[in-house]
Parts: sequence; C-alpha cells; structure tokens
Amino acid sequence: MNKLPLIIKREYLAKVRNKSFVIMTFLSPILMVGMILLIAYLTKLNDSEKRVIAVLNESDFYSTEFLSNETTSYVNYRELTLEEAKDSTIHMGYYGLVYIPNENTLELVSQRSFFYSVDAPNTTILESLERIFKERLKQERLRELGISPSEYAEMDRTFQMNISTFDGERNLKGINEIKAIIGGGFGYLIMMFIIIYGGVVMRSVIEEKTSRIIEVIVSSVKPFQLMLGKIIGTSLAGITQFGIWIISGTILLVIAMAIFDIDPSAVSGAGAIPAIGQQGANTGISSADLTMRLYAQELFDIPWGLLITFFLVYFILGYLIYSSIYAAIGAAVDNETDTQQFIFPIILPLMLAIYVGFFSVFSNPHGHIAVGFSLFPLTSPIVMMMRLPGGIGEGGVPVWQLVSSILILMATFIGIVWLAAKIYRVGILMYGKKPSYKELFKWLKY
Amino acid sequence: MNNILVVDEVTKQFGDHTALKSVSLEIPENSIYGLLGPNGAGKTTLIRIINQITYPDQGSVYFGGKPLKPEHIAQIGYLPEERGLYKSMKVGEQALYLAQLKGLSKHDAKERLKFWFDRLEIGDWWGKKIQELSKGMAQKIQFIVTVLHEPKLLIFDEPFSGFDPINANIIKEEIWKLKENGTSIIFSTHRMESVEELCEYIALIHLSEKILDGKLSDIKKAFKNNIFGVGVTTEAPELLLGELKESYQVLSSSFDSREKQLDFSLQLRNENSTQLLDFLGSRSNVNRFVETIPSANDIFIRTIQNKGYAHE
Repeated sequence: MNKLPLIIKREYLAKVRNKSFVIMTFLSPILMVGMILLIAYLTKLNDSEKRVIAVLNESDFYSTEFLSNETTSYVNYRELTLEEAKDSTIHMGYYGLVYIPNENTLELVSQRSFFYSVDAPNTTILESLERIFKERLKQERLRELGISPSEYAEMDRTFQMNISTFDGERNLKGINEIKAIIGGGFGYLIMMFIIIYGGVVMRSVIEEKTSRIIEVIVSSVKPFQLMLGKIIGTSLAGITQFGIWIISGTILLVIAMAIFDIDPSAVSGAGAIPAIGQQGANTGISSADLTMRLYAQELFDIPWGLLITFFLVYFILGYLIYSSIYAAIGAAVDNETDTQQFIFPIILPLMLAIYVGFFSVFSNPHGHIAVGFSLFPLTSPIVMMMRLPGGIGEGGVPVWQLVSSILILMATFIGIVWLAAKIYRVGILMYGKKPSYKELFKWLKY
Repeated sequence: MNNILVVDEVTKQFGDHTALKSVSLEIPENSIYGLLGPNGAGKTTLIRIINQITYPDQGSVYFGGKPLKPEHIAQIGYLPEERGLYKSMKVGEQALYLAQLKGLSKHDAKERLKFWFDRLEIGDWWGKKIQELSKGMAQKIQFIVTVLHEPKLLIFDEPFSGFDPINANIIKEEIWKLKENGTSIIFSTHRMESVEELCEYIALIHLSEKILDGKLSDIKKAFKNNIFGVGVTTEAPELLLGELKESYQVLSSSFDSREKQLDFSLQLRNENSTQLLDFLGSRSNVNRFVETIPSANDIFIRTIQNKGYAHE
C-alpha cells in the first residue's frame, strides 16, 4: 500500500491547522494592504502640510514670482532690515527666509540672494526656490538675446531616437526592463517560497526529531517517503497560503481603491488595444498615447502561457531541490539554533540569483553572465525566469539554453535529493550531536 | 520449534565504528526473548535492522523463514526507546494516522482503537492533544499504537522506562496476554533484573558481539556453581564452621548470638548436597538450605570476565 498520500495529508493538515499559520494567512493581506494605505496616507499628509516662507525683497527685479501654492505660501516683509526679518521669521516659526538684496542687475541680485533656514533646507523647497530664480534668469537672458518664449520652446523640443529590430518591428525603450521585472517577479516568488516553506519543512523535521516520534514513523515507512511527503504536504499548504494571499489581497486592494477613490482603469486599461497598436506602429505615428498602447501590446505579446508553464517547471524543481536540502539540515541538527551555519550557504545562491538578476539580467538578458547563471542549477530557476519573458527562440532565450538548463536542473535535483535523503536517513536517528560538515560527509557513507 | 526471526551473521559498521560484529540470533515463535546488554552494546542497531530502518552490511535476517522484506513491516510492532508523539496533534487522529501507516484501513483502525481505549480506560482522551497529557499517559497511547495492528512480532526497547509502577504492571500484564495469544516478543533492556520474570530466552550483547544466548533456565543451570545458602541454629557456631571448613569451601558467614542463628554460604565441588544436608542435620537445626541461582546480571558479569573482556 502506498503511504505517501497519507503522509502528505497529515503534513498538509498539520500545517494548515496550525494557529500561527491561520493567523498569518488571514492577517498578512490585511497588514499588507493596510501598510500600502498607510504609506499613501502619510505621503499625502506630508504633502498637504503647508510651509510658510518669508520673503524680504529689496529689489525690483522680483515681484510676482513668489506665488503661494498648495504646499508653500510666501509672506512678504517690507521695510525691515535683514536682521529684523531673520528675528521675525524665527519668532513666527516660519520655515525660512528668502533674502533678495537690491543690486543693479538681475544677475547680481540673484547671485547675492540667500535662503536662511533653521536647519539645512528640504530639497523640494530648495528646488522650487531655485526654479523661480532660474526661470526669472532665463527670461531675462532670452530678452537680452531677443528671443521670444515661443521661439525658445521651438528650440527646446526634445529628440527621441527611433529604435527598431532588424526585421522592422518597432522596439520600445525600456521594454526589456519591463519584461525583466515581470520575470523577476516570478523569480522573486520562487525565492520567497523556497525561503519561507523550506524553513517550514526544516522546522517540521526538527519537531519530529525532538518529539522523538521519528523512530516510530520510520519503522512503518521509508525515511525517503516521509521526507517527500513532508516536502509535498508543506508546499501544498504553502500554495494554499499564497493563493489565499493573492485572492484576498486583490479583493482588499479593490475595496481599498474604491474607498479611497483611485481609478482602477488607470492601472488596467490595455484590453482591446493590440490591433490598433500594430497599425500605429506600421504607419510610424508617434504620440504619447500610442506609445502607451505599444507598451500594452508588448506586455500582451509576452508568451504568458509559456512563461507560466516554465514557471511551474522551475518552481517545482527549484523548490524540491532546496527543500530537500532544508530537510537534510533539519535532520542533522537537534534544535533550530544549530541550523545557522548550514542555512547561510543555501540562501547565498538564492540571493546571488536575485542580485545578478537585478544588476545584470535586467539590462542584458542574453549576456554571458545571464546565460551562465541561468544554466547553473542553484540559480537557474530564478535567473531563467527573468530571461523568459523575452520569449523563446529568435530574440529570446535560445532553445538549447532552455533545454540544457532544465536538464541540468533535473540531474541536480536527482543528485541532491539522493544526497539529502541519505543525510536525512542517518540524521533523524542521531541525537545529541552537533554535526560538522565533516560529520555529514561521513554520513553519506553509512 | 519454528523460529519467527533468524538473524544470521549480521555485521554493521558506522564509519570506523563496528556496531554489530557477526551477530546471530534465533527467536522462537511465541516466546518472550530478552535482548540484554549495557548501553551502547549494539542492541538498538540490531533492532533497527530488524525493523528495516537501517540495513546490515553483511549477513541477513529471516522473518518466518523468508528473507526480511518491506512487506513484513506490517507484521512487526516496534516501541522504540526514543519514543514520542506529535505534540500538537490530537490523540485519536494521531493513533489513526500511525495505524494507517502500518497498513490498517481507517475503519479497522478506528474499531480496534476504540477497543483498546476502552480496555485501558482512556476513552475520553480521544480529542485531547498530546501536550495536554502526562508522560505516562502518552506512553499508554504509544503502547496501543505499537500493538494495534496485531503484529506477529513485537519489539519493545526499554518498555518500562517512563512508566510508574502501577502502569508498568498494567503493561506487563498486557504483554503476557499478547504472548498467550501467540505473539512473539523481543525485549531489549540494559536493566537485566527487569526481564528475568518475563523472558524465556535471552541473548547477551556486549561490545557489538553476542556473547551468550539460549533458554534462560538452561543458562541458569549452566551457570549455577553449586553455591548454597544455609541457615542453622546452633550453640557452637565456631566448632561447626571449623568442621565445615575442613571439607567444604565456605564463602561467607555471619552469626547472630542472641538467636543462635548461623548463616553462611558455601560452594560444593564434587560433593553431594544430600551428604552436606545430612551432616548439617546431625549437628544443628537447619532452617534454610537454598541453592543460589545466579541472576542474569551475575551471568552477564561472569561471562564477560570468562571471555577476558576488560571491565568497563
């Protein structure tokens, strides 16, 4: 009789019924959405705080420039000396004082102006002040050169390079980054899942060891079956949790958006556009709206089916490799504090994959580094996911790379699970020993 | 008589350490078999091999005449020395799970569990979590789980550790009943005295080797060396002892002058015990005359000494 389903069921139920699991599952989305709302609210609050700045203007060159707006209001001082104005500013509790002296030319006036404040001034405020001076100076200089503002605007038009692939498809700036971010999202999901639920597997093994039930169980089932059942049961619990998070998070976010009046169509409005975008690209019309549509179409063109299929392949293989290592670590130690020395080397390739992904794969998804790391089995699940949104075959990931990456991953999977199962088998029956790497190596020969 | 289990020249190495050195055992059907030896002798390794948790490097094990296979797991019940249960799982669910792992159907497992829970009067524990139970209570559950699938062979490793005397007795009686119903039982312990009343057969394991095995009564017969404990009342103990020492080897003696009671033990060589009794009867009033049977512990120590092992 096959006992694996029994073990999977028990492990799943044990995880899902656990109080902290239930709390985490239902509290996390609320906390996450709450945090997003709180950040949005605080940002708004920060912006809406009005700052008062005093202006002591002795010059005729500036008069109407200091207009109060939503965030800043200006108070004009008259007939005061600089010292008096400073005292008054401090006394009134204003944010700062702009002092504009009386000089012969605008250039001189501007050069000798000062902004006084209690501390180093806020960058935004400083920039808006600088902008006022800069605009005024620009006007003056244009006037001296005899150029009208409309002429200047004509001169100042920006330029954008047309970009295209060799077969005539119009390329979009930054689309690689967008694709990489989507792939990175998948990769990040794999990493988070491994770290969270690998740890759960490990603690569950340690629990069986410390509660001494392990020998009772392995007298009924093979240790390998137990390990596999544990890993699968835990991952099912993890998928349940992630599923609940995604669904409830989405619902909460929609509700929150409705309450806080954020237009959802601004976020997702790309539905029926692809066809129009295609035509637009061919006729070469360029407008901001069309560019948006092109981006939308590019996103639409990402091979989602393929992406999700390979996500599942990489997710399953990657998770099995790492969680069996976690299980072996759990079997080797007696308590969680002893796991540190073993956990760091596991997390290292995961971190490496994410960082290499962000710094190298995003900008150059098919460069040497990206290829190397998407073949190396401990990083390939994450790095390959970052490359895949670009498609497979021409212009994307070459087929041989994808195939060999998966084959290497599978070979590693078999090898690592075999090694981990050996360590697990010996480790679960060893008590009171704090093992070294040397010891683990010896266990492989038992 | 048929043997339920035969261990044939089993050797097991862990790295440089030899845990078992060509150990052979024959465990007769429907017997209680004591596996004795100090901690670290290799008993647990042997038991784990029988349970197919580890495998021998050399040698083989036969169960009911056939080479040991994974299917046999369902016919073996094992109560390990290091035992425990899932702390946060409910008693009933846990027992059901462990029973199903042994191959019972859910329905059968439930029925048998109900029977055992009633029998040991713990029916109301079904919905409790293990962490709410005392250690002794958890041990009872463990015992039930071990015997629930009605195995042909039961293996108990230090079964009475963790039980209070009352519960230990309940369990002892249950073990007797199981034996009467035809189960073969292996007992593993380092506390030799605890098995003497239970075991018909024993094997002594020391430093990874079996140094002695057989029927306990035979072994005892072989190991008794004509030592007798004697108690007499006499007016003249000095005289009597002097006479005895001329023809026998007196090992120890003590005299209670108020009761006129002389107690001593002596060893016969070629002499007949009847002659000794006659002699004593003619000189004094004999009130105790017992042949000293060696305990398992004595046998164990003597075997080690005879074989020239350094005493640990």
